[in-house]
Amino acid sequence: MIDKKWIGYTGPEVRFDIERGRLKFFAQAIGESNPIYLDQGAAQAAGYRDLPVPPTFLLAADLDSNELFSTLAKMGVSLGKILHGEQGYTYYQPVCAGETVTVCSRISDIYDKKGGALEFIIRDSSVTNASGELAAEFRSVIVVRN
Amino acid sequence: MVEQNIVVNVGDIIPELKLPPVTRTTLALFAGASGDHNPIHIDIDFARKAGMPDVFAHGMLSMAWLGRLLTAWVPQSQLRTWSVRFLGITHLGDRVTCSGQVVEIFEENGERRAKLEIQTRNQEGEVKIAGEAVVCLP
Repeated sequence: MIDKKWIGYTGPEVRFDIERGRLKFFAQAIGESNPIYLDQGAAQAAGYRDLPVPPTFLLAADLDSNELFSTLAKMGVSLGKILHGEQGYTYYQPVCAGETVTVCSRISDIYDKKGGALEFIIRDSSVTNASGELAAEFRSVIVVRN
Repeated sequence: MVEQNIVVNVGDIIPELKLPPVTRTTLALFAGASGDHNPIHIDIDFARKAGMPDVFAHGMLSMAWLGRLLTAWVPQSQLRTWSVRFLGITHLGDRVTCSGQVVEIFEENGERRAKLEIQTRNQEGEVKIAGEAVVCLP
């Protein structure tokens, strides 16, 4: 069982560069063909400064930094036992290629079901842009199969 | 895309998104692009040691496809909030269809907004991901 002391744990702030090439790679990996996600000119014609991050991309900040997986390791959770339970996003400001965002994640809850056979880790992340504005929030629910 | 003058009603079904079968290549590319390098999605040896018969798709790949479903219907700048529950594993070879339906239209923060129920299904019609999205209407 995961030690409940981890509830409230806030990880270090992670700075994440939004790179145009990475966004194109992501678009290609998910089969996206809308030019606003692939072509700077098309994105600008649609009113964006540069390629916009697609709706689910910002989780990469938590993954590239290894902050999510290293936190799980510190909690004693092995990668082979986890499933993704839920994921959600709320957006406040567009985030585009060329920006650097700061992501901060907190474990807001840990609980178990089925007598401890399944444990749930709730992790809330905030994404702040270079102007210090809250750009997005996302919530990840990780399920641990014991 | 929803045009400025098109009326959106509760019950409207948005255009489906049908994906090609999930391959190991799909998963390798998504691992690199998304930053999710959990070997359970790309390394069959690791997956078997973890008690799975084979690698399986990242839940976030299907959520990214649902993102495509939504941004093909409204510009992304109109997407306010959304969340999904991962209900079942999407396997290699699965042919996923993303779909959505308007379930509510309401006013919030001075905007006219629509709530949609969204889901992915495999070729057997099994729901793998279900959730909801709130978009701002023109």
